[in-house]
Amino acid sequence: MSVSGVCADPVVRDQWYALAAVDEIGADVSTRLLGLPIGYGLGPGGAARAWRADDGAPIPARVSYGYLWASVGEPPAEVFDVPETREPDRRIFNAGTLGLAVSAPRAVENFLDIAHFPYVHRGLLGDEPHTEVADYDVVDRDGEIWALGCRFHQPRAAAASTEEVVAQYQYRVPHPYCAMLYKSAPGHPDRLDAMGIFTHPLDDERIRAHLFLCLLDDVNTDATIRRFQQTILAQDMPILENQHPKRLPLDPRAETPVRCDKTAIAYRRWLSSLGVTYGVIPAGAG
Amino acid sequence: MITLYDYELSVNCYKQRLMMAILGVEYTSVPVDFYPGWEHKSAEFAKINPLGHIPVIDDDGFMLRDAHAILVYLASRYDPSRLWYPVDDPCRLGETAQWMLFAEGTTNTASSARLHDNLGYDFDIDAVRAGAHKLFRVMDEHLWFREREGLDWVVSGAHPTIADIALFPDVALSEEGGISRLDYPALRRWTDRVRRIPGFVTMPGVIALGESPWD
Repeated sequence: MSVSGVCADPVVRDQWYALAAVDEIGADVSTRLLGLPIGYGLGPGGAARAWRADDGAPIPARVSYGYLWASVGEPPAEVFDVPETREPDRRIFNAGTLGLAVSAPRAVENFLDIAHFPYVHRGLLGDEPHTEVADYDVVDRDGEIWALGCRFHQPRAAAASTEEVVAQYQYRVPHPYCAMLYKSAPGHPDRLDAMGIFTHPLDDERIRAHLFLCLLDDVNTDATIRRFQQTILAQDMPILENQHPKRLPLDPRAETPVRCDKTAIAYRRWLSSLGVTYGVIPAGAG
Repeated sequence: MITLYDYELSVNCYKQRLMMAILGVEYTSVPVDFYPGWEHKSAEFAKINPLGHIPVIDDDGFMLRDAHAILVYLASRYDPSRLWYPVDDPCRLGETAQWMLFAEGTTNTASSARLHDNLGYDFDIDAVRAGAHKLFRVMDEHLWFREREGLDWVVSGAHPTIADIALFPDVALSEEGGISRLDYPALRRWTDRVRRIPGFVTMPGVIALGESPWD
């Protein structure tokens, strides 16, 4: 049984975390980040502000990709780069933010998983009997995990889909608690839609998950796309919240992976190699 | 044709979708950007419902709001068997009204906890969870005694009523609000019986019997 406390893990502490979509911030908000009570809001001209709740001391805050990001440690100069956000024909917005009783690494790992599509997202991202996950590659690219060459049969891959397709997927893990995915964009055969899960860890067993979209869809309204994506996220919820333990075990013997879990295996190894201890059960700790 | 002003993740909208699916009523869903657009609170939507709530139905010009009132209407108009809203039996009708009021309580506790945890609504989370447990305890005991009499539903008799439909989503999604049903075995068995009603449909977060990878 874990005690949800303030984060002492420097790797996790010294990261940026998306707290809220800027469009959705009104009055100042009280929340927690990695167990620490904080506040955040927008100052004059939309400048990001965040502070510790106990003494009001400012903490690092910035706006990137439409979100207010903050850190309770010493974060890098920039949030990880998402080059697709500089392509002018993409639509960039938050599909929704959902509170979940799960650790950030469990949520990220679920985001990286394909095999559950036909069971949890039946009729949308997958369908029986098309349950096979074809082999794909997992590589280290500049210290990030990338899964390349994933393909999956999907009845309705996106809000803009008009027919079933074999969707192409790539995954990218640029941050211990955030992941991106790139998938076939309906109507744009040579390009990929980009979307991401940016987690706001309230503590080591509870998060708010932001679903970041950077899409080529020029057909649907924001509301239609949000509706589709929120449905997907809500379908994942009972699965995510019923995982035990809520923190992600990093010991390779703790949970039994199968071949299609290559990305998850690489993610767990990567967290171990970074020395992450918060939101996980480190190898050898159990 | 009925138009339902709808949000897929709303328990109260799900109650209508479930009832219409069971009764075989065709309808058109008009998505309301509940979150993050708060469209139901907009000036435009106030013309549809000045209270700023969903669901609302428009049945060929007849407008009706409030989830449990809509269930009364749907069953009265579209269930020729008169079993879902048992107007011919004063005792069962009274019980139905009693459990519909009880369902206001489960919505204001269990489903409020869910809005707090999922969407960050500003509720006293400990109070709403405690309130839900109090109601679930009453319901569990009631259903346990019903089972002893060979009865399956919250209202007496062999057939489910709109009260079961009004209660089911608040109960079935309670864990999203941090309210475990572990201590309520009769309540859990009742949720399985509801999921076996012909025509049953799910919403995101509600897993159908036989569709779960664990079944």
